[in-house]
Amino acid sequence: MRHALRAQVRVILLSMTLRPHIAAIRFGLGLRLGEVPPRDPEGWLLEQIARPLAPPPGPSSAEALRIVDEPARTRQLRLALQAPAASEARRVTQEVARSRLEAEGMQLPPRAPAGDAATAEPLAVLLRGDALGWAQHRLTSESPFLDRLADFWANHFTVSRRKVTVGGLSGPFEREAIRPFLTGRFADMLVAAIRHPAMLLYLDNVDSIGPNSPEGRRSGRGLNENLAREVLELHTLSRTGGYSQEDVQELAKILTGWSVRRRGEPHGFLWREETHEPGTKTLLGRRFEEGPESQEAALRMLAAHPATYRHLALKLARHFVADDPPPGAVAELEETLRRTEGDLGAVHRRLVTLREAWERPAAKFRTPRDLVLAAGRALGLTQGQPVLSGMGELGQPLWQARQPDGWPDRMEDWSGPEALMRRADWAYTFAGRLGRVDLLAVSEAALGPLGRAETRDAMRRAGSVRDALTLLLCSPEFQFR
Amino acid sequence: MTAPSAHASFRLTRRSLLLGLGATAILGRSRVAFAQAPGERRLVVVLLRGGLDGLHVLAPYGDPHHATLRRAIALPEPGREGGLLDLGGRFGLHPALANLHAMFRAGEAVLLHAVAAPHRSRSHFEAQDLLEGGGERLISSGWLNRALQAMPMEGAVRPGLAVGTAVPLLLRGAAPVGAYWPAGMDRPSPDLMHRLAALHDAEPLLGPSFREGMRARGFTDQTLGQEREPERESFPRLAAAAGRLLAEAQGPRIAALDLGGWDTHALQAPRILTPLRALDAGLAALRTALGAHWAQSVVLVVTEFGRTVRVNGNAGTDHGTAGVAFLAGGAVAGGRVVTDWPGLAPGALFEGRDLQPTTDIRAVAKALLAQHLGLRPHAVAQAFPGSDSVAPMGGLLRG
Repeated sequence: MRHALRAQVRVILLSMTLRPHIAAIRFGLGLRLGEVPPRDPEGWLLEQIARPLAPPPGPSSAEALRIVDEPARTRQLRLALQAPAASEARRVTQEVARSRLEAEGMQLPPRAPAGDAATAEPLAVLLRGDALGWAQHRLTSESPFLDRLADFWANHFTVSRRKVTVGGLSGPFEREAIRPFLTGRFADMLVAAIRHPAMLLYLDNVDSIGPNSPEGRRSGRGLNENLAREVLELHTLSRTGGYSQEDVQELAKILTGWSVRRRGEPHGFLWREETHEPGTKTLLGRRFEEGPESQEAALRMLAAHPATYRHLALKLARHFVADDPPPGAVAELEETLRRTEGDLGAVHRRLVTLREAWERPAAKFRTPRDLVLAAGRALGLTQGQPVLSGMGELGQPLWQARQPDGWPDRMEDWSGPEALMRRADWAYTFAGRLGRVDLLAVSEAALGPLGRAETRDAMRRAGSVRDALTLLLCSPEFQFR
Repeated sequence: MTAPSAHASFRLTRRSLLLGLGATAILGRSRVAFAQAPGERRLVVVLLRGGLDGLHVLAPYGDPHHATLRRAIALPEPGREGGLLDLGGRFGLHPALANLHAMFRAGEAVLLHAVAAPHRSRSHFEAQDLLEGGGERLISSGWLNRALQAMPMEGAVRPGLAVGTAVPLLLRGAAPVGAYWPAGMDRPSPDLMHRLAALHDAEPLLGPSFREGMRARGFTDQTLGQEREPERESFPRLAAAAGRLLAEAQGPRIAALDLGGWDTHALQAPRILTPLRALDAGLAALRTALGAHWAQSVVLVVTEFGRTVRVNGNAGTDHGTAGVAFLAGGAVAGGRVVTDWPGLAPGALFEGRDLQPTTDIRAVAKALLAQHLGLRPHAVAQAFPGSDSVAPMGGLLRG
């Protein structure tokens, strides 16, 4: 009995000394080279969400839409693919074009070797700039908890540019629909996210026509349920939330009319009255009159549904605590959401004060994004390209989630044999691109008190700085947060 | 240790001799060389990172203490099955270096023994930094870069080229250098993969997955150097690429390459095969790719330190002091082992454990800068500051 108590005290003491490092890796993006771990870990985290910052700069959704508002674009891209690429810019152009056309199911010619330097595709330039900004912001960020929350919610409301028409809208989406609401209400974020051009294009609402609307009767076109289904299944109630196929259809009808102006000014959200399904709809037993107010009303009802709170609590706990989070932790978060009627600031604060979130260090396996960013920060990088390359090499390319449910959040999805081999390849490649580094300082930032003696020993015995860094970045303890 | 008696392929170079004769000859030649077009001479430096065991690859089987000290890992003498390659007596070359041996026999390779940089560090990183910096203390630029600064820049072409993912310290500094890296061929060495696997074994979920990944990629547990060999595949490709670029009329004239895998603390005899074969294939690839320019080329192969004279308890060797350096190329006056052999007798060892250095690697490098690239004395001194007492070694190059 006394023995058990002593063991428990030791665990508590251990986790106390680890708390600064846990704060930095579990809730943050890892320590930067030379950064002192926060003395008051909880306070450090709470401070970051107490004063929400303006989103980092970047193009707006209107700019991202304007840049592709040109005729015959697809044909030009196809032609561009035939010529060999002589410059990096040109190669980027081709890769963007490839991913677009592949997403459309087109059979493509093989990649050509380096060729001539031609004019870069404007969308590729915009995407590249925005992606580099994304990475560089996170490499140097001093409010990494806020960035982690932005990434969590951007993943919850995935808009992937694997869908051609999403184009350069993923970055604007984060800045316009996610970041402004990180300490606000979930209902406001839901409305902003669903109404955003990126989402309306990604989940086909622009093609959803009320069959009895003027446009529907004229063209004979009908509903596209894609957005409505994902709102219910992914964004709010979840599959177990108790809705029917009829509810999906009713929500799809409600959402008709929310569209995007892609040709001509002003680019952006567009209310298309002529595609809106007339008549009253019934969603989860509640009636919604026709018209441009009904969409927001329906979304707000879904946002405040108990099943939604349960779903969000589980996802948050899975992301920040453990793959299979303790039911108590989930219940706490759920209760906070219910009590505050979906106050995200409150639930994010509750997350930080959850006992379970601090108990087990290294409980979560890092996704490639977490891993590469943590490596970049520990090495003091400021350039974004190595981060973007690494994410691509490890199977999590920025803004290119494969499905609307976003990137998976469990270890089993990222720790397969080939995935681990790729981590070794990546670590070796990444380490090889660096100049001389202070191994001790890097190791302190990367592992801190979580570093094992075996890893330190293996690093000491490595035959080159490169090998030592590979051992560090691919060490098992660096794979967790 | 008594100096060895004269031998056909065994040239004795005493430092006193070098200081006396070498310097004058060099002064004369460097002026001539500089007046001629220096733009056609090529220099490639290959850095063997991790500490190559010179006693293993250029084995002094004629030394009376060799057999005893090296029994656990020594190869049979020349002429026996699986034995060393004959260099004319006393020293033998590792059989995995067959191409280098062919160059030696063609008079295109000089093998230097008991060589060391001026430092006495047994830390890889410090030793590499010192070797590349070229000083007795750490310098933030490399000696090859400082040499480049003295070379004429012809047009927009950068005469220096780093072949690899990073520019090594050796080539870092004020002179702009190019960097070349073919995409998608970079993989950790089998040895590094096994070390990573060992680290993963402690993790119950990751360990088996990592092992399975290695199995799927064709690594096996017991044999290193006989299964899939990424280094062996990639280094010759890099060397060939470097050779092609150097052969271009407007291409670079100086290149540096890295090859790792030499830190053989355990099971040295099998584990050293992979990097040795890679090195040997790389030298052959360079020769082929350089084509007619091989005649004007010198390849300098160096490592940060040699390894302990005694074999450790894991059939490997630990960080030591003096080791070997190789010169290959059509411009080399080759076919000779060059050493001031200190011997392996207990009293002759450095700190009782390492091969005693008798040749300063700077004497070799300075000779290449002065006699091969035609750098003036002040430029050579800028490349190797504080080395006034180390004269460039004479007779390494064809006239």
